[in-house]
Amino acid sequence: MAFLDRTARGFLLSEIFGGMALTLRYFFKPKVTLNYPYEKNAISPRFKGEHALRRYPNGEERCIACKLCEAVCPAQAITIEAEPREDGSRRTTRFDIDMTKCIYCGLCEEACPVDAIVEGPNFEFSTETREELLYDKDKLLANGDQWEPVLARRLELDAPYR
Amino acid sequence: MVKVTVDGIVVEVPSGSTVLQAAELAGREIPRFCYHERLSIAGNCRMCLVEVEKAPKPVASCAYPVADNMVVFTDSPMTREARRGVMEFLLINHPLDCPICDQGGECDLQDQAVGYGRDHSRYAENKRVVQDKNLGPLVKTVMTRCIQCTRCVRFATEIAGVPELGATARGESMEIGTYVEHALTSELSGNLIDICPVGALTSKPYSFVTRPWELKKTDSVDVMDAVGASIRIDTRGAEVLRVLPRINEDVNEEWLADKSRFAIDGLKRRRLDTPWVRRDGKLRKATWTEAFNAIAEKLHGVPGERIGAIAGDLVDAESVVALKDLMGLLGSGNLDCRQDGARIDGARRDFYTFNTSIAGIEEADALLIVGSNPRREAPLLNARIRKRQVAGPFPVAVIGAPAELTYDATWIGDGPSTLTSLLDGSHEFAAVLRDAKRPMIIVGQGAIARTDGAAVLAACWKLAAQTGALAPDWHGFNMLHIAAGRVGALDLGFLPGPNGKNLDAMMGGGVDVLWLLAADEFNMSRIGPQTFVVYQGHHGDAGAARADVILPGAAYPEKNGTYVNTEGRAQRGLFATFPPGDAREDWKILRAASTVLGKPLPYDTLEAVRARLEAANPVFSRVGQLPRFGCSDHSGPAGDPAVLGEAPFVSPVSNYYQTDPISRASATMAECAAVYQPALLIAAE
Repeated sequence: MAFLDRTARGFLLSEIFGGMALTLRYFFKPKVTLNYPYEKNAISPRFKGEHALRRYPNGEERCIACKLCEAVCPAQAITIEAEPREDGSRRTTRFDIDMTKCIYCGLCEEACPVDAIVEGPNFEFSTETREELLYDKDKLLANGDQWEPVLARRLELDAPYR
Repeated sequence: MVKVTVDGIVVEVPSGSTVLQAAELAGREIPRFCYHERLSIAGNCRMCLVEVEKAPKPVASCAYPVADNMVVFTDSPMTREARRGVMEFLLINHPLDCPICDQGGECDLQDQAVGYGRDHSRYAENKRVVQDKNLGPLVKTVMTRCIQCTRCVRFATEIAGVPELGATARGESMEIGTYVEHALTSELSGNLIDICPVGALTSKPYSFVTRPWELKKTDSVDVMDAVGASIRIDTRGAEVLRVLPRINEDVNEEWLADKSRFAIDGLKRRRLDTPWVRRDGKLRKATWTEAFNAIAEKLHGVPGERIGAIAGDLVDAESVVALKDLMGLLGSGNLDCRQDGARIDGARRDFYTFNTSIAGIEEADALLIVGSNPRREAPLLNARIRKRQVAGPFPVAVIGAPAELTYDATWIGDGPSTLTSLLDGSHEFAAVLRDAKRPMIIVGQGAIARTDGAAVLAACWKLAAQTGALAPDWHGFNMLHIAAGRVGALDLGFLPGPNGKNLDAMMGGGVDVLWLLAADEFNMSRIGPQTFVVYQGHHGDAGAARADVILPGAAYPEKNGTYVNTEGRAQRGLFATFPPGDAREDWKILRAASTVLGKPLPYDTLEAVRARLEAANPVFSRVGQLPRFGCSDHSGPAGDPAVLGEAPFVSPVSNYYQTDPISRASATMAECAAVYQPALLIAAE
């Protein structure tokens, strides 16, 4: 009996019609895909995207060259060199992040005592050459200047959970 | 001896020792900030509180003497609670600026706060503000971080012997400072940085440069003076960033002189990183092959007696033996390592070493210093003399230029005439030396680097023999060297061979080809204009300026080198970083040159060179060790003690901060010289 049943289904293509029906049902359902880059998804305040170095509202750079991010970085993507600035304060002379090494874990952001290095919401920073992904201090500070309103808002939203 | 129970461990300690010492003996670690083994006890940080049975309150273990059958608990709830309280008080006024503090990562307070600190502060009031003090170009102060342990005050007063630091006011207003603002006038000021348990005193040249966890640490030996202090070289990448002392009770205890610590920025400047050959009167960059060929061309047909070699002050024994062997193969006996013209007698080893040994100073009971200013020539040895005098009566007399030596020293004359009166017993200090059980005589290079040097040396030896300084169990005759490579070179016999010329004879055209191994300390204009000079060294200093061929060598952190200090103690420095550019280790350069010259040296590896060293002198086989010895053979060095001259003795080190190519290239040392010895700079201009 079971043999007959299986053979009948095989010849009548019932499974194919079942599958086609499912396809047809989804054809009329709302889409879940986005029309990227014209449409973008909402992202969490904790999203770990491109790095930025922030400044204080008075324009002073936040980073104090404590090198904790360099120490904590599991991919060893950060290189920092420091010396006393003219006014005697401790500042970096070099702050490089190798974005090709970075694994976007966000530990640098967590280690930072002054919220200077942060990972922002930007994930669209692909480049044509590899060299462009070796970020230096100027690039990171420019990122910070560009994204500051968003970065500040994100930190504010995340603050209760820290 | 009394019996003390520490956390259930029974230990026997000498009566009079402290609870903290007993706990250390029992292997229990007690946190402390103000207590330091080599300083007097202050007992003001209160971090070392422990519980003692039947005592009503916790006691400060660093200052509390042990009693028989005392029962101590170092980790009871009561002690932990007490230490937490102390830590909270210490942190009330301590700024929590660890991220910008150079001590961060190697800070006692930071470490102890992990164990005894709270996770947040209960103190909402304003922290106290203290102005930073200016302690000179070496020590940076951030006085808000100070926890008033007074280690620095005690170090300056007790060890360095410059009572310039002190605490003013009391309680919260207490400040550490120099009363009147001025730079610390000590050659040991860098040690303040090490003993400060927090980040109040940090290194100025090293400020903000790096973090301790980024550094690679290599054990080495200091070459800035002839004491041969044990050091640790901290490098990051190819850069030497810091030099710290290692504990070596026989030599430097745990201190280090400022030049040794801070001259390292000179390793980055004025370096020779490629061979140079003089063509048409002008030095031009060359390859190693071109440089070697230029030498071979010049040496072709030159007889051995027309070739000379001079070893410099910072050279390692490996390169000296290679140069000596090369000169031997070339048939030359014109060797000298005494750039200052010191009339050293190399016939017997105890004629040119510091025989009492540095640790032995503590056993001496009278001291005569002849023609030396140990404070400038060997600050660590000077600190040992001071330590001896602090421990008990220790008459010290000085013949030479009067100087402040940080301890009580009687100035008894400035020239050989005083030596004569000591010899004939007419001077009162002769009786002091004679009555002493273990008298010491230190002969400086200033006393023998002169025309009557041999006579002075013989006179000093005779005085030592007369006053009982030469006994079977005590050798009180000491020569204080200032060059780290000198004793090693003397041990290898880097002196004129039979019919060989000394440095003076090699000058003024005495030789046709002169090989300078990092020799920069004599007047280069004395070399004859026709002499072809090969300079092998690491800095573009006096020697390189005169040279016809420059072979770039390695400085002390860049090679595995053996150095013999003034005591005659062979010590090894390890390779810490690569020499710049095309520069190479010196013995390898000599080995390569020997092949081009057609007289290959018989060793290719460091082990083989060291085997050669040991064969040349067994001293090199006992690295780091120095057996104490006496003197039973009283026959003195060559020289007639009767033909003493008249000229006063002058210390060879007039400017402590700039004595060698490395320190002369150092910006930090130049700044120090400008601050501490401005008169000298004006005179030089």
